[in-house]
Amino acid sequence: MPREMMFAEAIAVAITEEMQRDANVVFYGQNMAMTDRDPFVRKFGKDRVRITPISETAELGIAVGAAMMGLRPIVELYMSEFMLVAFDEVINEAPRLRYMSGGQVKVPTVFKAGFGFAAGWAGQHSNCIYGPLMGIPGLKVAVPSSAADALGLMKSAIRDDNPVVYLHHYMLMLDKCPVPDGDYLVPFGVADIKRAGTDVTIVATAWMVKKSLAAAETLAKEGISAEVIDPRTLSPLDTKTIIESVKKTGRLVLVDQAPKHASAAIVIAGEVAEQGFKYLKAPVKMVTALDTSVPYSEPMESFVLPSEEKIISAVKSVVGARVAAD
Amino acid sequence: MPNSSQLSRDRLIWMYTQMCRIREFEERVKRTFVEHPGVIRGHAHLADGAEASIVGCLATRQENDLVMPSYRCHGYPLVLGTPARALMAEIYQRKDGVCKGFGGSMHLADPTRHFPTASGIIGQGIAHAAGAAYAAQVKKTGQVIYSFFGDGSSKQGAFYETLNMAAVWKLPVVFVLENNEYQAYTHVSLEDANAKAGDPLSQKAKAFSIPGVTVDGTDPLKVYDAVGTAVDRARAGEGPSLIESKFYRMSPHGNAITVPPVPTQFQEHESIEVYGNKAEFEAAKKNDPIGKFRAHLIGNGTFADADAKKIEESVRAEMEDVVKFALASPLPSPADALNYVWA
Repeated sequence: MPREMMFAEAIAVAITEEMQRDANVVFYGQNMAMTDRDPFVRKFGKDRVRITPISETAELGIAVGAAMMGLRPIVELYMSEFMLVAFDEVINEAPRLRYMSGGQVKVPTVFKAGFGFAAGWAGQHSNCIYGPLMGIPGLKVAVPSSAADALGLMKSAIRDDNPVVYLHHYMLMLDKCPVPDGDYLVPFGVADIKRAGTDVTIVATAWMVKKSLAAAETLAKEGISAEVIDPRTLSPLDTKTIIESVKKTGRLVLVDQAPKHASAAIVIAGEVAEQGFKYLKAPVKMVTALDTSVPYSEPMESFVLPSEEKIISAVKSVVGARVAAD
Repeated sequence: MPNSSQLSRDRLIWMYTQMCRIREFEERVKRTFVEHPGVIRGHAHLADGAEASIVGCLATRQENDLVMPSYRCHGYPLVLGTPARALMAEIYQRKDGVCKGFGGSMHLADPTRHFPTASGIIGQGIAHAAGAAYAAQVKKTGQVIYSFFGDGSSKQGAFYETLNMAAVWKLPVVFVLENNEYQAYTHVSLEDANAKAGDPLSQKAKAFSIPGVTVDGTDPLKVYDAVGTAVDRARAGEGPSLIESKFYRMSPHGNAITVPPVPTQFQEHESIEVYGNKAEFEAAKKNDPIGKFRAHLIGNGTFADADAKKIEESVRAEMEDVVKFALASPLPSPADALNYVWA
């Protein structure tokens, strides 16, 4: 029997199961494990579960050093923007050391952070920073959109021998879905077709998957069949599944909460232009955030971010001709 | 651990030999820029002047203790037993290099000999060392981790964040701040609040409520004693210490930063090139740690002048062979570049 699980709970279950399985997995961050009543401290003790000061460079750098010496640290960063004050460790240390040493070391660590707030957190806590990360050789990026993927990707991230940035969207944290029983792993680099369709391919990540699925439901009522694909990991990126879908539908709408030039959408658009141009019956359409910081006030925030309506309108613009002809 | 007065004759001669090996290796790196232009690419940073400090520190090691230096990293692996041929071949961008030509001078690594990696970014390796110490603590290996960094690094956020966390977590790490008086091209008195006030840099330790000691880094025996105390403390589970080891970097920060075809060899030391202070450099040369230790060992009867000469000759012969080996080693194949991206 699959378990019904909340997104946030699924992440905690994944970490717990992996810590039970492997004594080298450690878990630390700010404002966690503050007392002996903490469930992780109770289960795994204060050596493996620790509270840290507000010191992201040290937190991530310590994870890199500990990973090289055989631990598998998970660093709880809470908000992806907090990673920015320690970006050297994320971009220029963790993914580089194996390569520069000629393969002599490995750095198995998970940098876990929430991202993408759309509940009025304004310019500095509402961002999608995966764009720059997915272009770093040696660094993997996981971006789950459901509780089941959240659990399976976290378990794979912890077992991966490379540094992994694991980003979970705030707006999905309370969403529930069934999670398969047993030791459930979601492999990296395998996109998931969240909804099958024939007229248009929509590729989206995280919260945008939810919005795209809602848009697809509405479109179905109007006779447009949209296929919704979630890459689940942006590095490695499963371009094959996307191209196969475009081969079938001939149309591609990319939905991404980041501003266009920092989005995963623009990278996918490039891959499809290079590898799948001959399958396209219409220009690729990107639904991304507008080129502003995220504003505080709700009407402005909604104006800037992608929405179900914007996705529907983009889909109609690429399938419009055919629908009219039908 | 026993103090330096109890070191055996063999150990003292070993220490002198290692100091000579570091100096000769660095001399050969420096000469390569003139004798074989283009063989060394990018930026190389030398440890001449640091020999007493490096050897005094590493003489306190137990077998499995780890060494995590900054990008000025040629000296430590020489002492740890990495073949000098593999180090020079790496610096010469060769396939037989210790990192197969993937790292170069700033990114040497030999984890099998307890030197996991070096970071080329100022101060970041301090956090990696604390991480290795965290692993040692969790796995209860009994290891002590030696973290080496320069005076410049001690103005990085990584330094403050890491020393605080290492103190709170009582990590088995010894932080060795190598104060060689210059942060790249800038004299320490221009960029360090302690130095500007005429105070030792070791007083930064007070901010973390850990021991902070300043030691004469041109005397390997004094370094041995100061670091030995810190190592004992770390191994006993009492947490980190900060040692400020003071010596003078005998070469400039690195080879000249230019673009081809402008020659990129080492210029005059910053004291002369930038500050026009020849007297400072001449005084440092008179205080050369190798000459001082040699005289000390002859003076106390550890060895005679002829023994010292024999060591120096054998070191010269070793490094002559090392240069020949590295020059003859093949370059990597271009497509080797695709290896080691992923584990």
